[in-house]
Amino acid sequence: MVAQEPYRLGDAHKREDDTVTDSSVGQMDGSEVEIRDGRTSREAGVDPRLLREMARRIRVQLIRAVAHAQGGHVGGPLSAAEILATLYFHEMRIRPDQPDWPDRDRFVLSKGHCSIALYATLALAGYFPVEELASFDAIDSRLPGHPDMTGLPGVDMSTGSLGVGLSAAVGLALGARLHGHDGRVYALLGDGECHEGAIWEAAFIARRFELDNLVAIVDANGLAQFGPAADVPGERRGPWEPGELEDRWRACRWHVITADGHDVLALVAAFDEAQATKGRPTVVIARTVKGKGVSFMENRWYWHSKVVTPDELALAMAELGERA
Amino acid sequence: MSERVAPAVAVRARADRTAGPTLREAFATAVADLAVEDPRIVMLDAEVGNSTRADIFEEAHPDRYLPVGIAEQNMLGMAAGLAAAGFIPFPVTFAVFAVKRSLDQIRVLIAQPRLPVKIAVGYTGLMCGMAGKTHQPVEEVSVMRAMPHMTIVNPADAVEMRQAVRAVVDYDGPVYLMVYREALPTLFTDDYRFDLGRAVTLRDGRDLALISTGPQSGRVLEAAELLAEQGIDARVIHVPTVKPLDDELILTAARDTGFVITVEEHSIIGGLGGAVAELLGERLPTLMRRIGLRDEFGASGTNDALLEKFGLTPQRVADQVVAYLAERGT
Repeated sequence: MVAQEPYRLGDAHKREDDTVTDSSVGQMDGSEVEIRDGRTSREAGVDPRLLREMARRIRVQLIRAVAHAQGGHVGGPLSAAEILATLYFHEMRIRPDQPDWPDRDRFVLSKGHCSIALYATLALAGYFPVEELASFDAIDSRLPGHPDMTGLPGVDMSTGSLGVGLSAAVGLALGARLHGHDGRVYALLGDGECHEGAIWEAAFIARRFELDNLVAIVDANGLAQFGPAADVPGERRGPWEPGELEDRWRACRWHVITADGHDVLALVAAFDEAQATKGRPTVVIARTVKGKGVSFMENRWYWHSKVVTPDELALAMAELGERA
Repeated sequence: MSERVAPAVAVRARADRTAGPTLREAFATAVADLAVEDPRIVMLDAEVGNSTRADIFEEAHPDRYLPVGIAEQNMLGMAAGLAAAGFIPFPVTFAVFAVKRSLDQIRVLIAQPRLPVKIAVGYTGLMCGMAGKTHQPVEEVSVMRAMPHMTIVNPADAVEMRQAVRAVVDYDGPVYLMVYREALPTLFTDDYRFDLGRAVTLRDGRDLALISTGPQSGRVLEAAELLAEQGIDARVIHVPTVKPLDDELILTAARDTGFVITVEEHSIIGGLGGAVAELLGERLPTLMRRIGLRDEFGASGTNDALLEKFGLTPQRVADQVVAYLAERGT
């Protein structure tokens, strides 16, 4: 057990600090980025620099929180940073100052163990103070190990047991239709999570109900918690053979899009295509790297869930362009 | 401790206890009737709409009847999503599938966030159309009682079912509603009033207290009438809300009679008998016995054969009570 580090906010919590450097994540153009408003939209046009910067800030905050808590998951939250940034700072119609707005788009973190990535995103979007990330996993915190919709503003559904989230998203999407409004529902799944049978029950019924307001995103980072031994000693095999996951979703007659899950413009294009797809739900197979953004965490299966030491925190912050 | 005066509620005379509508018909009709005024009510059906009579709801509200395939895990998850979107969903399936196959969805998506999903289970108890032990959920109450935040309702007849449906819609939280398949004797008169969380005394008595739930309560009342012919004065308590338990009424019965026997179409482990034993063990240790399935599964057979085999007919209940009283030494 490593002594608990004091929680440092660093610079990454400042949403309104107008000049930030786009670094470390995504396409590095080295330019100074002006962030006037914390969100873009389909109408206002996409600002890829903003989305990349928000993904970087999500990474910084989640690693700090996990290091502070001395526990939690790392690799899966890091692989989801661009997906969450694109959803919460571009794609979804949300009102962080009115979290229970009934006509909002909804998000279900089916891979609930990556809660800290969602918490960091919600904090940066303004649902609650970024300082509260320091309470991650603490007793009686609103930020428990897996998302709890009864506590934290912005959490649309409690999740945490793998395989259950997509069904809830189907219910939310059907609910929007029954209410007669055009709300959309986004569910983020793990690729390992797609081993669960309940995912395919939900996939079947979403297609039967022709829920074109439902988008599943599979964070396909290619590694589960452990997996079978790989040919290379010390390495583990991923949950699916190449193409196998796409085949499954196609067999369920969903609209299937494969995209680079760390390319915010590719994600924006995928979500645009989903909006244009009628009569059936869309799945975005987002090809990602587990542990993305921190070199020594990338593609290392054991960083699924591992305590971050102070030295590792300092190295990670340096790589993400932050002071430790 | 507050003493509650609890006079016996009015029940029909034995000759008037003719079979009314089946409980499943009463259930589906009640939900459909409430849904006329309440647009939040939707019903999800895992391909058993003709067995559970969800088809009655379908006919009344085709736009709010959601056939979701033979996929109960997904159905319970969808119900949670619909509840989070502001609806009051009634997912309908057989008890064995709701409780066992979908337990994780119930736990994480419904019970933990206390979403107002009304899990309505047909094929509850032993009388499951001769389907046998695979379809007889003899441990359903044990499992659902252990589930935090869950309320369990088990009506005795069609009169009580109609009122219970309204009560569970009004209650803002998850409910496990047990809906027996059969046409059973109507016990209550039309002025009966169901209160969520309250048990009722069906018959006063000083020698012992018989405590039951669901349609078994009617058979226990008949057993008490048989016992009266032998000079044994049994109080009969019907517990339509198994959780939360009406502690005070049961404690009063235990105090007044000094001997409590529970009777249920269910395992004696963790069901109503378990609940009463927990209550009395902590607050008023009282001699008690539990009648029900003794760590065993059910069986195929006619309803009468099943009730006979597991000691749940009025005569078999009465016989066991006499034996227990003899064992106690009265």
